[in-house]
Amino acid sequence: MSTPLDQLFTRTRSENRAALIAYIPAGFPTQEGCKAVIDAFANAGVDAIEIGFPYSDPVMDGPTIQEAANASLIAGTGAKEVFEALAHATALGIPSVVMTYWNPIEKYGIDKFAESIASNSGSGVITPDLPVDEAQPWTAASHSSDINSIFVVAPSTTDARLEKVTAQCSGFVYAASLMGVTGARTGVSSEAKDLVDRIKKVTKIPVAVGLGVSTREHAKEVAGYADGVIVGSAFINALNDADSLDSGIKAVRALVQQLALGVREGRG
Amino acid sequence: MNPSSTDVRAGHFGQFGGRYVPEALIGALDEIESAHNAAQKDPEFLAELAHLHKTYSGRPSIITEAKRFAEHAGGARIILKREDLNHTGSHKINNVLGQALLAKRSGKKRIIAETGAGQHGVASATAAALMGLECVVYMGEEDTKRQALNVVRMKLLGAEVVPVTTGSKTLKDAINEAMRDWVTNVETTNYLFGTVAGPHPFPTMVRDFQKIIGEEARTQVLELTGKLPDAVLACVGGGSNAIGIFYDFIKDKDVRLIGLEAGGDGVETGRHAATITGGTPGVLHGARSYLLQDENGQTVESHSISAGLDYPGVGPEHAYLSEIGRTEYRAITDAEAMYAFSLLCKTEGIIPAIETAHALAGALQVGRELGKDSTLLINLSGRGDKDVVTAAEYFGIPL
Ligand SMILES: Cc1ncc(COP(=O)(O)O)c(C=O)c1O
Repeated sequence: MSTPLDQLFTRTRSENRAALIAYIPAGFPTQEGCKAVIDAFANAGVDAIEIGFPYSDPVMDGPTIQEAANASLIAGTGAKEVFEALAHATALGIPSVVMTYWNPIEKYGIDKFAESIASNSGSGVITPDLPVDEAQPWTAASHSSDINSIFVVAPSTTDARLEKVTAQCSGFVYAASLMGVTGARTGVSSEAKDLVDRIKKVTKIPVAVGLGVSTREHAKEVAGYADGVIVGSAFINALNDADSLDSGIKAVRALVQQLALGVREGRG
Repeated sequence: MNPSSTDVRAGHFGQFGGRYVPEALIGALDEIESAHNAAQKDPEFLAELAHLHKTYSGRPSIITEAKRFAEHAGGARIILKREDLNHTGSHKINNVLGQALLAKRSGKKRIIAETGAGQHGVASATAAALMGLECVVYMGEEDTKRQALNVVRMKLLGAEVVPVTTGSKTLKDAINEAMRDWVTNVETTNYLFGTVAGPHPFPTMVRDFQKIIGEEARTQVLELTGKLPDAVLACVGGGSNAIGIFYDFIKDKDVRLIGLEAGGDGVETGRHAATITGGTPGVLHGARSYLLQDENGQTVESHSISAGLDYPGVGPEHAYLSEIGRTEYRAITDAEAMYAFSLLCKTEGIIPAIETAHALAGALQVGRELGKDSTLLINLSGRGDKDVVTAAEYFGIPL
């Protein structure tokens, strides 16, 4: 099996750079606005896209993504809209995944969810609240549908556990840069590099770092040691700070261009 | 050990339970689990906890026969287990003393808690004061209003109370916020979970600290009546007072175990918190159990006049016991609960918590069904001081 995401990392590794992975919740700022954001991601140089499945109880998310998800839920976003956004992204030729808490998958049907990811040309799913201990039904479904199952590890994850988790991972390993929730921060935690170093000792799977990455400088720093740089809250902030969708999209595009430079500077 | 309540995978109750949490918390949950397992076998820990029960919170709690109330319950014998007489006014202190002792033994300096009715928050603030720990309590903004008295109590006890303004602004959202705090501060902080829900080991650990209710009550009822009760009743929010009084009776197959959920305006209206009666299986707050959810797996807001029962989830062991048919659950509406609340006040001179009033309303139903020769044991989980404002509004008593 080789998904578009797997192929992306093969390419970025050969180019000796990190991949830029951008996150947006489905249905945010609106159903159509989300598609415009995805277009901006694609045009301005994002390498891979994460579509968030808005969830009522997002315990891993800080206020920025919580509020965005909440607005999207109030507007009626559900599985259908998530897969539409995914299809929109993959139609642009960008390797894309869905990031979702576990209960929406279980409710949709585990096998059916994996099949819908595949039928919309998605590469896989990131499951931030599904520890590998409970993941067997999901990894089996992902395997049958030839999609990546991406798990999140944290600085508190022991070496023994890193081995166990990465053994179930494909596509990439999501390294949470710090102990905490999502949200833009002023600097990248020093724990991130240690964690990535520890992960690299137990697996050859690409490692992408998320949580708190928001600027070209951060991207450059992380690209120095990781295969992927994940940015989310910063895009939502850019959209929230703008007075119209158009100027928000412009701001997103400008931020992507900066970040795309950052992921190419890290190994310099 | 009890009859096959847990299966071979630790923390699972049949298809329910488990751990659905960010990887960041796995280490902390493992640590609490092993500290708890070690403490349960450590005579020193058990003696320290027993000493606190005896000299601080006031155990064993007494039982009271409610003869005048029973006249309204088909003449069944009604026996109340008086957890309302515990220090801080509810069963919540049983669990908190245990978990706070564990936190102290693990060298933690800070505890956090969620609270709905404020009883778990007050108990946590109390234990923190007693043991010299920093305490932060997350409470939905809605609940800070309807349980304002308890907010003041927590503050007097030196705790910080953080009103939570996200989502439904009730217990569910307080738990989310406490989880976020914990993910961030896990190294210094223990999360004192207030009920038998959440990720493993909380459902098991909280049950272990609450099962003393049923152990005492079983002996007390046998002593008073010479036989086991026909039914044991308790209200169910997350399910800790219920599992606490049920657990020692699970082996007594002829004793019916009946949980009373919050029916709000009526289960058929959709405005309720009757999770087992009106919910479906799924994952919320770290465990698979029953929950109130929509077709996309989003949690649906619950409704109840009682802050402590206003929760769209329920402990996984209840889900399991229900599935195997060992326990039964019924929904009690706000109106039925408030009727029973008032009745207990006027017939027995006891003001119960509104949560507890759901169990009392259940006793009125079940007593009439089982009739004169039956005996019902009711967990009087808490006292109603915290609810006087809500009750005054409900009954139109000017303040
Ligand atoms: C007096 C009382 N009873 C019952 C409950 C419900 O919790 P549980 O179902 O865990 O016993 C509460 C919760 O706040 C409470 O204060």
